Amino acid sequence: MSKLLHRRQVVRTLLKDRNGMMVVGGLGASAWDITDAGDEPTSFPMWGAMGGATMVGLGMALAQPKRKALVITGDGEMLMSLGSLATIAIQKPANLSIVVLDNEHYGETGMQETHTRYGVDLVTIAQGAGFQRTLRVNTEEDVAKLRHMIYNEEGTLFAVVKIDPEKLPLVLPPRDGSYIKNRFRMAVLGPDALHDE
Amino acid sequence: MSETKKGLNEAAAAPGPEWPKGIYDLLKAHRIRQVAFVPDAGHSRLIRMCEADPEMVAVRLTTEEEGIAQLGGAWLGGDKGVMLMQSSGVGNCINMLALPISCTFPLLMIVTMRGDHGEFNPAQVPMGSNTQAVLEAMGVIVKRADSAEDVVDTVAGGLALAFNTYRPVAVLIGQKVMGAKDFRKLTKVGAQ
Repeated sequence: MSKLLHRRQVVRTLLKDRNGMMVVGGLGASAWDITDAGDEPTSFPMWGAMGGATMVGLGMALAQPKRKALVITGDGEMLMSLGSLATIAIQKPANLSIVVLDNEHYGETGMQETHTRYGVDLVTIAQGAGFQRTLRVNTEEDVAKLRHMIYNEEGTLFAVVKIDPEKLPLVLPPRDGSYIKNRFRMAVLGPDALHDE
Repeated sequence: MSETKKGLNEAAAAPGPEWPKGIYDLLKAHRIRQVAFVPDAGHSRLIRMCEADPEMVAVRLTTEEEGIAQLGGAWLGGDKGVMLMQSSGVGNCINMLALPISCTFPLLMIVTMRGDHGEFNPAQVPMGSNTQAVLEAMGVIVKRADSAEDVVDTVAGGLALAFNTYRPVAVLIGQKVMGAKDFRKLTKVGAQ
């Protein structure tokens, strides 16, 4: 049994020198994780709308096919939107990666076990939905491989990273949604984004 | 003629009322690119036209709240989008509406009504009769068209309101416009 990975280290590795990649952080710990790695304009941390992270990722990936899009979310958030894997699998945006940080618990709400604790296998579900590229991440070497697949390969990707269910201090992003939206659009679309449709 | 162009012309030429074509023309005029939809009889012709349009990305959803999140992401990336759905799916969207409301995303939901004028199915009525109240309770602006003549203009107003003022708007197309589904009739013929 290998030692479990630590979420903040994994996310820092994935987001280092991200080169304008668009990043969605799912509600809860994943939003704090992407903020811990650096509060960038091309980050979209979610303060609510649980179950929406993967589809926000799909919408931005379809809108910006030449730019990488990465969704980082938790097992609880992913379990709430399993249907979105079917929706995304048939769109197949080549620039979209989904990474689930799986601690097998609802860490923000009292550490109740999630379904993955009882054997629900998100990778198999994604494969069944039609994801051709999937990865199980358990070691540092796997994390390096995941980074390579995200940055240097094409094709919709789904990965599950098994992580330590540790409790960490929150690293809060700005919580004014209008600000987060506008700085994102200006970073991706240029300064005219606030004036154009 | 290309296959896609042919498909678009066929979808546009399908028999039926004019308003779906009118909505499609509006979507083109407003440069709507992402069209999220849950299959729906009232929108079937419009869905086919959007699917056949190579300039649009038609995204079939498994449930309506996916579309709320998708269109938020679309706006972040610079695409304009709309959602085609029926009123029974409005209830699925409620918590996800926190996203466009808290981030001031433009959003247009074009909703065909069930559980409305002349409904046969009792299970459609609880959501259908409360669709407008539920949307308004969440802060979505609701406009309604109950005649075929009003549909296109109401959608035009909804598009302008949503994208000019950065807020979620729903246009409800009343069941009087489509006609209620006749279940009794469907028990007879070699019904599909």
